[in-house]
Amino acid sequence: MKIHEYQGKALLAKYGVPVPYGKAVTSLSDAEAAIADVMKTTGGEVVVVKAQIHAGGRGKGGGVKVAKGAAAALDWAKKIYGMQLVTIQTGPEGKKVQRLLIEQGLDIARELYLGMTLDRATGRVTVMASTEGGMEIEEVAHKTPEKILKESIDPAVGFQPFQARRLAYALGLKGDEVKSCVKFLTTMARAYDELDCSLVEINPMVVLKSGQVLALDAKMNFDDNALFRHPELVELHDPTEEDPSELEAKKFDLSYIALDGTIGCMVNGAGLAMSTMDIIKNYGGQPANFLDVGGGATQAKVTAAFKIITADPQVKGIFVNIFGGIMKCDTIASGVVAAVKEVGLKVPLVVRLEGTNVKEGRAILADSGLAVVSATDMADGAKKIVELAGGAK
Amino acid sequence: MSVLCGKQTRLIVQGLTGSAGSFHAKQMVEYGTNVVGGVVPGKGGTSHEGLPVFDTCFEAREKAGANATVIYVPPPGAADAIMEAAAAGIALIVCITEGIPVRDMMRAKQFLKNYPGSTLIGPNCPGVITPGECKIGIMPGYIHKPGTVGLVSRSGTLTYEGVDQLTRLGIGQSTCIGIGGDPIKGVDFIDALTLFANDPGTKAVLMMGEIGGDSEERAAAWIKDNMRDKPVAAFIAGQTAPPGKRMGHAGAIISGGKGAASDKIAALQAAGIKVARTPAEMGLTLQSLL
Repeated sequence: MKIHEYQGKALLAKYGVPVPYGKAVTSLSDAEAAIADVMKTTGGEVVVVKAQIHAGGRGKGGGVKVAKGAAAALDWAKKIYGMQLVTIQTGPEGKKVQRLLIEQGLDIARELYLGMTLDRATGRVTVMASTEGGMEIEEVAHKTPEKILKESIDPAVGFQPFQARRLAYALGLKGDEVKSCVKFLTTMARAYDELDCSLVEINPMVVLKSGQVLALDAKMNFDDNALFRHPELVELHDPTEEDPSELEAKKFDLSYIALDGTIGCMVNGAGLAMSTMDIIKNYGGQPANFLDVGGGATQAKVTAAFKIITADPQVKGIFVNIFGGIMKCDTIASGVVAAVKEVGLKVPLVVRLEGTNVKEGRAILADSGLAVVSATDMADGAKKIVELAGGAK
Repeated sequence: MSVLCGKQTRLIVQGLTGSAGSFHAKQMVEYGTNVVGGVVPGKGGTSHEGLPVFDTCFEAREKAGANATVIYVPPPGAADAIMEAAAAGIALIVCITEGIPVRDMMRAKQFLKNYPGSTLIGPNCPGVITPGECKIGIMPGYIHKPGTVGLVSRSGTLTYEGVDQLTRLGIGQSTCIGIGGDPIKGVDFIDALTLFANDPGTKAVLMMGEIGGDSEERAAAWIKDNMRDKPVAAFIAGQTAPPGKRMGHAGAIISGGKGAASDKIAALQAAGIKVARTPAEMGLTLQSLL
């Protein structure tokens, strides 16, 4: 799960990570008061107006502006709020800005980079730091990998102070800057662990002219599997940042991703679901979605999945490809039948069933009287659905 | 011959009384697996599905001689269940549970280093089966056939697909290992391949990978150096997956331009491994090597 920058900063501040003073607003009418508050509280005239969307590259896209004086700041707030912000991560259609963060401007001496995420090769969390803050970090990693400093966290003992010192010295920090950086890094590592983060990126992590190290930006993602023990994080979820169908799928704990094609897919298991997309494409079709109904799906969940697929107006045919293991074929069949009874079936439906309780599943479909085309195997099903949905493109 | 499990296996089911545990315990018994009991804290001394229930893995090992366990415990307690099994000295730990937090698995994996006698398969996996002898997990038993091809896969249902294709071609399997799709797991491709390389009952290997991470690339390099005498066929799922999207498995995500299907296929081919063009041709590709 992703959250906004201002929410991330609030969480980090609770742990003691220094962040700029700021106020978030969800409507333009609150912007003026927020600007006044930031100026009054910090005693500074410079404020930063930052668009809050779940995508990087906001500055380059024109979603982050520095203003001197309340009038200029309000001007920028008016321009940014409601704009369709296009960045390298939003796609060409962009994202509508519905939240702003108004922050104090600061005297920055250096911009550094800090990132924390799971390194799959070691099975441990890695802390990455670089002197190349504010830059496109993947480009830095690609062109000059020696500029990315890494420390791996031992899960048994956690991030150690010596590791923080090592990074701080390697970043070229001196005196009090080192102390501030060590505190910053150890606090970040604690927050990462306790909040079950999957990614934290502070780009830039800045050194102020005063010597203090501070988070000027904050990107935080959380492990979806751990949200059950973090009700406080679930509350931060912003549904307007997600595709409506994907949101509906999430309600039923389905793994769904909308794609551009015309053939709706319902599959159990991620690997088989990806393979189903691959084979549809191989026969000249285009998948309309990735949908993994998961292992422990109930009939209600299957019905919901089927409804999400049929609600997509692009869908010209549906391919259900199930190889039952923990998922039982009769559960799938009953779910499909129930869904069709409820929402009707306006496009061809090809079903391939195999595995646990396959006889029961096939019987349910046969007895339902629905116009279901059955497939003997995966290739047969893919071939049939591509033909029925209008042929290869 | 086979690897990991067989006639000698004495299996317990952690989470026996849950719906998945009950259903699959019954299926495993029907398949012929020697299931010797279940572990459900608080229900020790009772019986379920005709099997004795123990409070702890320690007790199950002492009283029923368990040497393998399969875990159906829900995510909040699953990592704990893995660690208990290891501490109790159970040699083979198969964890089916999907959705265990990464932080929990990170710690469990570290903990397992203290117990080198225990091997973890999974989590978020279909399990392990030696056809005709022992089925541990959730895979449909009837599609398997005893034989000499070893299977290893990151995906559950895709493994069944591969097995089904082989069986339809009349090709049997020595052991099929579903290693699971999570980023932190027990046995990885190389561990499974090492088992097959050393198993006289395995003559060829079918390996099924998917996008994300670099374990297929590392496996390809390993095969090139260590497995010249046994042919390997492979398939990589997710050739048409868009980058940056999490495709169901926590593992299946292409990030930062790494882990794409094309990179993996290229690495496998460079190591002399034949890669199936489509998922419908996994069995045929393996057959062409025999």
